[in-house]
Amino acid sequence: MAKSTHEMLESPDFKRLVRGKWTIAIVLTILLFIVYYGFILLIAADKPFLAQKIGEYTTLGIPIGVGVIVAAWVLTYIYVVWANRVHDVEVSRLVEEMKK
Amino acid sequence: MQAAQTAAQTVIGQRNNAAIIFFFLIVAITLYITYWAAKRTRSTKEFYAAGRTVSAFQNGLALSGDYMSAASFLGIAGMVSLKGYDGMIYATGWLVGWPALMFLIAGPLRNLGKYTFADVVAFRLKQTPVRIAAAIGGILTVLLYTIAQMVGAGSLIKLMFGIDYVWAELIVGAVMLLYVLFGGMIATTWVQIVKAALLLGGVTILTLMVLAQFGWNPGDLYQAVSAKLGQKALEPGGLVTGKIDAISLGLALMFGLLGLPHILMRFYTVPDAKAARTSVLYATGFIGYFYIIIPIVGFGASVLVGRDLITKIDKGGNMAAPLLAEVLGGTPFLGFIAAVAFATILAVVAGLTLAGASALSHDIYVNVVKKGVATEQEQVRVAKMATVVFGILAVLLGVLFKGQNVAFMVGLAFAVACSANFPALLMSIVWKRFTTAGAVSSILTGAFLSVFLIIISPTVWVDVLHKKEALFPIKNPAIVSMTAAFVIGILVSLMAREPSAEAMFEDEKLRTYLAVGAE
Repeated sequence: MAKSTHEMLESPDFKRLVRGKWTIAIVLTILLFIVYYGFILLIAADKPFLAQKIGEYTTLGIPIGVGVIVAAWVLTYIYVVWANRVHDVEVSRLVEEMKK
Repeated sequence: MQAAQTAAQTVIGQRNNAAIIFFFLIVAITLYITYWAAKRTRSTKEFYAAGRTVSAFQNGLALSGDYMSAASFLGIAGMVSLKGYDGMIYATGWLVGWPALMFLIAGPLRNLGKYTFADVVAFRLKQTPVRIAAAIGGILTVLLYTIAQMVGAGSLIKLMFGIDYVWAELIVGAVMLLYVLFGGMIATTWVQIVKAALLLGGVTILTLMVLAQFGWNPGDLYQAVSAKLGQKALEPGGLVTGKIDAISLGLALMFGLLGLPHILMRFYTVPDAKAARTSVLYATGFIGYFYIIIPIVGFGASVLVGRDLITKIDKGGNMAAPLLAEVLGGTPFLGFIAAVAFATILAVVAGLTLAGASALSHDIYVNVVKKGVATEQEQVRVAKMATVVFGILAVLLGVLFKGQNVAFMVGLAFAVACSANFPALLMSIVWKRFTTAGAVSSILTGAFLSVFLIIISPTVWVDVLHKKEALFPIKNPAIVSMTAAFVIGILVSLMAREPSAEAMFEDEKLRTYLAVGAE
């Protein structure tokens, strides 16, 4: 039998879906904060650390700056892969349950 | 020595035939696109949302087109050329909003809304007060952003094409009005795609030309920077000193993106939440790539053009990238880069105008004045009238603020966006007890507090009004104004329950997470 809106919202599957979505979203947001604010606070706290040379002239700050941008993209990529492979599959299964 | 030679050679500020040819070419292509799009723009869904037929890849490019303004292209290249590594720190801040946009609101925003982010905030609340408040937040953000773009546009075009400031404003206003008025979101999207491709392509060529000068080895470029300007240029300088200042600016950049109406509006041009997410991934990739290579252009300019010449042409360093193009590729390449900068300005202003017009017509006229009852024909007509009103306003503001220091306005736009628009948007999605009064007070608190605090902060009080000491110590008020908007929204919602809003939360939830009933 098709589930009503209320039954769906109260079902363990739906609750797990919502909880899973926000768990992933919040964990990734916290990682983003750590990456970006880690970088900014490192600059504020320890400039000599970023100014040290890793090549003849290249400073450590340069690859770290690029790394922040790459890391931001990687976090975005992780979310999309999770959403497309795990989340959306579960969403379509629940939508089917409501139609039945 | 090299700088002295190029100083004699630069043609910036004079009429440049190559620039004019490229400019006309870009305008011709985009107007042809507009002509093609106009035949496909009859309904409101087509005017505001391109019929929801834009692919994830196309929208990814268009989102990056909306976001990468002339300020980020010319401004950040200039900042790196003059301030070295500090410019690079600044560049990273502009990307970090995109992952946050993805994690927190991309899916629900697409599933719940129709044309504007106010659709989401007003989903289960009382239409009239919420729409008016959301339109105030939205239009304020768009106007501040537009002023910064238009004033920048006038000065840049004057510098690059030798056209008078007021004429430059009128040309930008007229061309972008043609796009939006006749081609709606379809034309605006394609103009963004063309512009993003040109900008990414142009900056890539510039980067490759710089690297070719240094044997394809960035280390050799840094060696030249160090030899010419000292190792200091490769080390963090004075940009990040106060921790609170840095955190507050970071918050504004990160969450401001989640409240920019012209960006949020793009989510309704794709078919579903999956396409919306994928488009954010593409956009993050394009924009990240852009901010990774732009410092190479800046460092290249500081070595190959020299700081003396860059500041001689423009104190803020905005001409670093065009000057570098001239040194490396002669007048024709300068012309190409100038035309790309012009296309960038046109496209961004077009996107802003469409967002401003949709707030006026869809949120205020259709949903407040007409209580949601208006024929398709009437809606399109009003949308077009609002577009003209907004276009004229943009030109007038551009002329009015001529010669003013508007550098703070983009920061202010982000502060208003993250304080007025983002908290109400997020709370309306996740919190059952959120009420109409809570939404309205949160939006108004965020909007007025961020504007008021920035006026009494060092950004305006000291830098613009030239007073001795600021009344509020933080340069960007986001940390205070965004927090206040959340706190006020929560407290006011807790004071009185709104049963009708709570009753509709089940339907909203079903649509948020399962896209049941999504348009």
